[in-house]
Amino acid sequence: MGLTHYLVLAAILFAFGAIGVVIRRNVLIVLMSIELMLNAVNLTLVAGSRFGGGLDGQVMAIFVMAVAASEAAVGLALVLAVFRTRQTVRVDELNLLKG
Amino acid sequence: MEAALFWIFAGLLVVSAFGVVWSRNPVNSAMSLIGGFFILASLYVLLRAHLLAGLQVLVYAGAIMVLFTFVIMLLSLSEDEIGGPRYTWFKFLGVAGAGTLAVIVAWAVRQGEALAEAGTQVGTFREVALLLYTDHLIAFEMTGVLLLVAIVGAVVVAKRRI
Repeated sequence: MGLTHYLVLAAILFAFGAIGVVIRRNVLIVLMSIELMLNAVNLTLVAGSRFGGGLDGQVMAIFVMAVAASEAAVGLALVLAVFRTRQTVRVDELNLLKG
Repeated sequence: MEAALFWIFAGLLVVSAFGVVWSRNPVNSAMSLIGGFFILASLYVLLRAHLLAGLQVLVYAGAIMVLFTFVIMLLSLSEDEIGGPRYTWFKFLGVAGAGTLAVIVAWAVRQGEALAEAGTQVGTFREVALLLYTDHLIAFEMTGVLLLVAIVGAVVVAKRRI
């Protein structure tokens, strides 16, 4: 298995995440699709670290994971706060910046 | 053997990603994503990234997805809130755009030079931690600050009265 296999697999994963962000109404599924894209990037980093030598890619993937964790925490807190005021999680109904 | 494993994992991963995007119910999406994270961890083992495989299961399948499922269950959405795709033409636009993206990336990957396998280095705890605490120490500390900020911010946003 060469590097190309892993990169194409990651591209497919990223494309699925992009589809999810574009076509889904539910903000939770949009957030999960973002996680999918982040994981696709992680896969490219680890594959690059395997075939390019050096473990820097894996260290970078750890940072991506940490950032993804904080992003999920803040994003879900925002979803909760928005749901409390607007009673909806549909992204096409969240069109006001004021509460 | 490795090739067979790669194809099995790749197929399962694509199926689980498909499940994340096309499930009507967010709970099914979350379960699909958890499965996908486990499969990704297996791929990391194939890529000799043992520490990352463990972290993938602990951090992603454990912490992050528990948070997601907790929020999904907490909101306990009614049937019309679950909602399918946004607009019908968005469906075609999204699939077409993402397909184009996949083709472009795959083409760009094909253009590149093949790299020789490094093969010697294994991403064990020791090896990765040595790099993390020497070359990338400042980034590591900054990540700690970032996580603190994120936790404080999440509490401030989500709590009614602090």
